[in-house]
Amino acid sequence: MAAAEHEAANASEYINHHLKFLTTKVGDGGFWTLNVDTIFFKLLLASLFLFIILKVARNASSGVPGKLQTFIEMIVEFVDGSVKDSFHAHSKLVAPLALTIFCLVFLMNFMDMFPVDLLPWAASHAGVHYLRVVPTADLNTTLGMALCVFMLIQYYGIKHKGIGLFVAEIFTAPFHAHGPIAKILLAPANFLLRIIEEVVRPVSLSLRLFGNMYAGELIFILIATMTLGSSLASAGTWAMMPMQFISGFIWTAFHVLVITLQAFIFMMLTIVYFSGAVQKH
Amino acid sequence: MLPNLTLIIQIVAFMAVAWLVMRYGWPPILAAIEERQKKIAQGLAASERGEKELAAAKTAANDIVKEARGQATKIVDQANRHSNELVEEARGNAVVEGQRLIADARQEVALESTRAREQLRREAASLAVAAASKLLGREVDARTHADLLNNLANEIERG
Repeated sequence: MAAAEHEAANASEYINHHLKFLTTKVGDGGFWTLNVDTIFFKLLLASLFLFIILKVARNASSGVPGKLQTFIEMIVEFVDGSVKDSFHAHSKLVAPLALTIFCLVFLMNFMDMFPVDLLPWAASHAGVHYLRVVPTADLNTTLGMALCVFMLIQYYGIKHKGIGLFVAEIFTAPFHAHGPIAKILLAPANFLLRIIEEVVRPVSLSLRLFGNMYAGELIFILIATMTLGSSLASAGTWAMMPMQFISGFIWTAFHVLVITLQAFIFMMLTIVYFSGAVQKH
Repeated sequence: MLPNLTLIIQIVAFMAVAWLVMRYGWPPILAAIEERQKKIAQGLAASERGEKELAAAKTAANDIVKEARGQATKIVDQANRHSNELVEEARGNAVVEGQRLIADARQEVALESTRAREQLRREAASLAVAAASKLLGREVDARTHADLLNNLANEIERG
């Protein structure tokens, strides 16, 4: 009984430890904190992405492409096709933004594919005791991207429609009225709906990605606790080991789909929101 | 779990990355892709055009060969006919010429024999006159006995 309790405490400690960010305080209050691990991995992956993309862009040739260029072109064509399918206006911004979102989100999600203890264990040897390696399992990252998308959509809507039509549509759509009195009566409802619609977007974008990655990470951690602190002398360990292997394998295989799908969903929704921003009501 | 200052850094970092990709990453790559697509399209069109032209050239060549063959046959026919005509004409000419030569020769022979006969007659008449005058011992007047002599000559001739 005591042993079981001890084990449970051990496991919850292990889980809590894994869910703790490496933070540094830069001021008073909860807000003035930096998640150093998130920022580090985000910047690392962004640099990797930028390095490859800019390198390929610099050496891009319309002749016979190299293997790296072919790979990048494949992604670019895929993103370009997705944009052309759902976004029917000319924009220099939307397709590169979609590419950035897809690649960055995928790369950050992919950090989940590293064994859950590998990098924190390596970091603990370097004197770093808390480390979370998946930037998208941090709400700051996903909300940051979603807010960027949100601001860009507003900017793009104003630029595309003009400020007059943009503001007018806030009060006259989705309920269209014909008389001036009806218009005034419907304006509050339209305004309210529009605000809800706009606020829901970044919230749903960011929470969807965050939730998926957080849950994924948590399940990896739970799988890791299956044999946590057990000794090779006990028979239970030998029973749990294949279980742990099989469940880890299945969840990893499944998660490969999840991380790709989440990156795709984030990109696709961004494109759809942009196409909504240029639509005239 | 609540957002903190990291959020601001994430926003800035994401904006910077997106801007760099928009400015320096995306356009050259897409331009390269589109240019290659254009090149491939042009190449395919050119090869298709080439194939069509080849087919057209083959048809034209066949037509020319056929026409040339027809003309050659016609020319050979004409030549054959012409040579036959020439041969026929030459044969006809030769026959005519031969007949003419034969007729000439015949005429000549007839003329010659008439002349010889005439001469012979004359000589026979004078010979007869000379022999008669020798027999009679006097001169026979050729004019007075012209009828006689003529009869004689005719008889000799016939004989």
